Formats: sequence, structure tokens, C-alpha cells
Amino acid sequence: MGIFDFLRARNNRSATVARERLRIIVAQERSQRGAPDYLPLLRRELLEVIRKYVNVDQDAVDIHVDRDGEHDVLELSVALPEKAATSANVA
Amino acid sequence: MTEFIVVTSGKGGVGKTTTSASIAVGLARRGKKVAVIDFDIGLRNLDLIMGCERRVVYDFVNVIHGECTLKQALIKDKRIDTLHVLAASQTRDKDALTKEGVEKVLHELRDDGFDYVICDSPAGIERGAFLAMYFADRAVVVVNPEVSSVRDSDRILGLLASKTRRAELGAAPVETHLLLTRYNPLRVAEGEMMSIDDVKDILGLDVLGVVPESEGVLSASNSGVPVILDDEASAGQAYEDAVARLLGEQRPMRFLDAPKKGFFARMFGG
Repeated sequence: MGIFDFLRARNNRSATVARERLRIIVAQERSQRGAPDYLPLLRRELLEVIRKYVNVDQDAVDIHVDRDGEHDVLELSVALPEKAATSANVA
Repeated sequence: MTEFIVVTSGKGGVGKTTTSASIAVGLARRGKKVAVIDFDIGLRNLDLIMGCERRVVYDFVNVIHGECTLKQALIKDKRIDTLHVLAASQTRDKDALTKEGVEKVLHELRDDGFDYVICDSPAGIERGAFLAMYFADRAVVVVNPEVSSVRDSDRILGLLASKTRRAELGAAPVETHLLLTRYNPLRVAEGEMMSIDDVKDILGLDVLGVVPESEGVLSASNSGVPVILDDEASAGQAYEDAVARLLGEQRPMRFLDAPKKGFFARMFGG
């Protein structure tokens, strides 16, 4: 590292970027681990049904399975477009 | 008591076979009776790294199919008496390995009094990789400080926790260790490569060893001598440390610091 390096931005080192990207993707993949295999298909079909009525984004449907004591809880959250201004929660 | 250790990674080219060979040698030269098995059916390579490629007569699949005895297929290492290699078959038949067949071979090794069986996993998460980890007591997950390797390792950690016999039986989980390879301290110091702590944090697992990127690894594979036998190479010494830690010894990590630069290099960059 030379004296002129101080002029360069020091925060955006690529290793830092790699670490932050991995933190997010690993956490996300861990949360889906062990979840039923049908979730992606279920998500896609739900999206199709919702889109018949409301024009939502591709990523508007969020599904995950949480363990609550003895039970598995399927949590489904649909973000409606801005105009509707609310998000419907079905549990 | 035989211990089955899988060397795995998900991603290819990170150093699984190099690691398997060095761990096997490291254990064997401490007097342990060791077998190292190549699970990469169709792409045999452990024999080359071990330097016994011209002595392969029978392979893993021959044993499973009953075409020879296990004893005939085990290649005794010329350097260390207690070390044995079982080569992968070069068949293109993906289904050549079966769970029952693998179990039979592993049990026979156990009955023959082997202390350690090292299972060198193929890349990917297909049958060979699955069977290499299925019977494991311990796992060495080889990872490069690079995004795709770290992500794949996490996937493998998930499989080790769910798709192994220990997981299915609800027994104690497979004991997992991370081994960082191709570590370049200079690039870490420059912020261009993730550090050992970064990888540790992301995967939430302790590190068994850090093997620096070293010219010794290529020359070792060129000559068919596992790099751990090269006392001069930093990679060889790092593997020796890792084997000691595998056996429960405490050893400080070495080769984590970048070589010091001279005055001019520091002033003007280089």
C-alpha cells in the first residue's frame, strides 16, 4: 500500500462486499432448509391466482415455514401494490 | 474403534483430494492404520495424487460387485506401511455405488482393524458425494475464501446435518470441521480476499486449519507425493498442523500474515 492509496475509497474492498453478500444469501438459504419441497411451486401458483385479481410484483408472495412448538406454521405474506397501501396477511 | 472421515466441499477444485491424501498420510505416519477411498466414480484421481496410479489393478466398484476381495483392491503405500488406497472405478455407470455396497466395504475395513477411513468425496451433491458422507463420523469441509465455495459449503453443512446415517438415526451429529485452502494472506491484507474470521462468521463453524496458497501443492501433485510430506512447503506444514488438531492437539494457526514489505514498497505501493 503506497502513500497515494489514502486517496482511494477504503470501504468498498471486494472482500467486504463478498462477506455481506454471503451473510444475506446464507441466512436466506438456511431459513429455507428443511422446508417442504413443494414451497416454490406453491408460491408460483399462488402468485398466478393473485395476479388474476391484483397486479402484484413477481416477488410479492413470501412464504416460509416456522416451527412453533409442536406445530409447523406456514406463513404467507402478500405485498399488494402501493395503491392498496396495505399488505394482506394470511397465516 | 474405526472413525470414518469424509472430506467434502460441494464445489469442485477446492482441494478435496489434496486434503484427503495429506490427512491420510498425516494420520498414517503417526502409526494409525488408515485407508483412503476415492468416491469420485468415473473420474479417478486420488491414485495420481498418492502416486500409485500404475499399481491400480482392482477398484472400489470391483469390490462392491464381488469381482475381487477388498484385500486385493487395497493398494499399500510404498512410503508408509499402515496406509492403504482404494481407487475409484472409471466406469461411466453412475449407479455403480450402492449404499449397501459402500456399507459392506466400510464394515470390512472396520473389522480389519483400521483406525481411520478417509472418504474423498466427489464435487457436487449427487450419489457419490451423498454416499461419501452418509456413513461419516466426522467431516472435513474444504472451503476456499471465495463466494461460491463458501455458499456451497453451507449447503454441504445442511446435508451433513440431515442426510447422513447419524442424522437419520437421531444419533450424535457428524462432527464437522472447516479447512480453508488456497488462502492468500497478502490478498486478505489488501481487503481483496475474505479472511479466516469472515468465513468462520458466515458459516458459524470453527476452523481446523488454514492452508496457504503454495507452489508446493502443484509440485507435490506433479510428482505424486502428498504435500504433507514436503516439510519445506508451507502447505505441507499447515496440513501437518491440521492433522494434529484433528487428533485433539492444540496448535496455533500459522501462515496467516502477509510477508512484510520493504520500505520502498510501503511508500510507493507495489
